[in-house]
Amino acid sequence: MKVSAVPYVALKALRRNKMRTILTMLGIVIGVAAVITMVGLGQGASSEVQEQVNRLGQNVVLVFPGARQLGGVSIGGGSANTLTIDDARALREEIPEVIAASPEVRSQTLIVYGNRNYHTRVYGQSHDYLQIRQWPIESGRMYTEEEVERTALVAVVGQTIVEEVFEGADPIGEMIRVRGVPLQVIGVLSRKGMSLMGSVQDDIVIVPYTTAFQRISGRSHAMVINIQVYDEHSMEIAQAKITDLLRERHRLAPYQENDFTVQTQEDVAQAATETSRIMTWLLASIAGVSLFVGGIGIMNVMLVSVTERTREVGLRLAVGAKSPDVLLQFLIEAVVLCLLGGIGGIALGVIATEVIATYAGWPALFSTEAMIVAVGVSAAVGVFFGFYPAWKASRLDPIEALRTE
Amino acid sequence: MAIVELKQITRTYRTGSVAVDALRGIDLMINEGVFASIMGASGSGKSTLMNILGCLDQPTGGSYHLDGEDVSTFNKNKLANIRNRTIGFVFQSFHLLPRTTALENVELPLLYSDDNLSWKEIHNRAMHALEIVGLADRAKHNPNELSGGQQQRVAIARALVTKPKILLADEPTGNLDSRTSLEIIDIFQELNKQGLTIFMVTHESDIARFSERIVTLRDGLIISDKKVVPIQAKTALANWKEQEAIELENEVTL
Ligand SMILES: Nc1ncnc2c1ncn2[C@@H]1O[C@H](COP(=O)(O)OP(=O)(O)OP(=O)(O)O)[C@@H](O)[C@H]1O
Ligand SMILES: [Mg+2]
Repeated sequence: MKVSAVPYVALKALRRNKMRTILTMLGIVIGVAAVITMVGLGQGASSEVQEQVNRLGQNVVLVFPGARQLGGVSIGGGSANTLTIDDARALREEIPEVIAASPEVRSQTLIVYGNRNYHTRVYGQSHDYLQIRQWPIESGRMYTEEEVERTALVAVVGQTIVEEVFEGADPIGEMIRVRGVPLQVIGVLSRKGMSLMGSVQDDIVIVPYTTAFQRISGRSHAMVINIQVYDEHSMEIAQAKITDLLRERHRLAPYQENDFTVQTQEDVAQAATETSRIMTWLLASIAGVSLFVGGIGIMNVMLVSVTERTREVGLRLAVGAKSPDVLLQFLIEAVVLCLLGGIGGIALGVIATEVIATYAGWPALFSTEAMIVAVGVSAAVGVFFGFYPAWKASRLDPIEALRTE
Repeated sequence: MAIVELKQITRTYRTGSVAVDALRGIDLMINEGVFASIMGASGSGKSTLMNILGCLDQPTGGSYHLDGEDVSTFNKNKLANIRNRTIGFVFQSFHLLPRTTALENVELPLLYSDDNLSWKEIHNRAMHALEIVGLADRAKHNPNELSGGQQQRVAIARALVTKPKILLADEPTGNLDSRTSLEIIDIFQELNKQGLTIFMVTHESDIARFSERIVTLRDGLIISDKKVVPIQAKTALANWKEQEAIELENEVTL
């Protein structure tokens, strides 16, 4: 058979059945689009996580109460009561590498401004917390160490609070009430965006930890101590010193386990990246399933089409087509279906990713690899699922085939 | 010279435990340039014989020499080549590809040819074959835009396009009215005059009389084989026109 006639015959057959061609392609289009979108979004999410981790602050060490948890990472903070305010103070004063330490206490609570109520998180932190987090003040000021010492009734609020409670007006100097405690707003934080855990970080009120412990939360122990280390090279030695100091302060005998957990920003980053990597794989495999289903659709349609086109095959055989010619024709039909579907799927996938990424506020990442793989996979799907029907067609007996109605 | 030579051809169909002897020992010689027809009752084995002659099927026993070659020993690939090059086949129900133009239908056998023709040549040859059957002006029409007679003419063009040595036709006029049948037979006679060997199945003796040799089958055996003087389809067509004119006149006067 003429070599260029093989694809010609296959393309003609596809054109003769436009509707079927389009419907069959749709399965592959959706499958490939799903793969591209999921991988794109997954990678976008990963890079966003990376970005978040960087925004966490520089050279940050977190000390959680309680022993190391399963999986090695505790992001949320323990509930054990082992870390005191004095621990935080000792860490700052006795370890030279530690330049800031803030004992944190959180309360989910209602804040009242005039006749407006708003549910938010109130954080107790030290005066240098914003330095640890590298979180600049937008207007007003942060409270001072002296204000922390005297349990001053002041607060610094995030952008969400400005929008939701003060309706965008300047809140500096205004009084808000938290659990009956009047607090004067002295500063507004700059916008920070979403956190690793997906919460809006700007939905926050920060008060001196003394005020938080004594007047608001009623707790006596820190949920976490945020620590900033002098520089990157001191991270390891600082961690060791922190561990030693806390063990000594907690009077732990050598055989006893730590009753606290020291983690660095990298630990948190690793956990988060791992999570998003797993998510990407999960999404991609779901998308892969839909590609597989699309492939089965191709096989189904090709099988039906072989039955439907038995007479056509019979005629081709009668005028001199050989079994391999017929096999190749049907195989090429399936592969072309899949390739066209793959290209359509890329287009749809790119659009879908853009739309979803814009909506979710993520960066959309397209990897050329994902696209090449998707098209390669769809061609493979074509060969794989097209082979059986093609083989069936090529095995037809010309007389039997011509006789079918 | 004999182009077809059958010796003791048998064909047995097996369906489970039942065996049907469709052909029970056929001896047949057809010389080059002959226009022959096979007749016989339904089930007598005409189509079975035709399929074997057309290399679409293989005999259970006996030998078949086509154009000097013993094709009963050929494998599937070689048979496909014979079907493509040496044989042109015309079917009762045309078997044109739907939604495919007449021209593309005629081009089809050339696509499967081993001669590796250029696209231009494929095109020209198909066009020429359509000219032979008088349908060059319908080249771009799909089968559903053509009458039954025209469709069969496209099918004949498709059979002719590879310049075969022998044209086989299994009831080529079976789906056509008598007038259109005559036109098809006329084409056959024209082709035969130019030297093409034609072998045709029919169960209408009216149609068989246009051929020069009539072979009759019964229960898988040849029961008669006689030479006749063929009627000319051209004359029959002319008479037909006269007849029509007379009938029309009668209708008008009535
Ligand atoms: N594929 C088959 N399987 C089993 N038996 C078959 C098959 N094809 C034909 N036969 C049998 O072989 C015999 C000859 O059939 P064939 O089709 O050759 O008859 P025919 O002369 O062409 O009849 P018709 O004029 O009706 O076309 C019949 O008895 C038929 O039932
Ligand atoms: Mg028959």
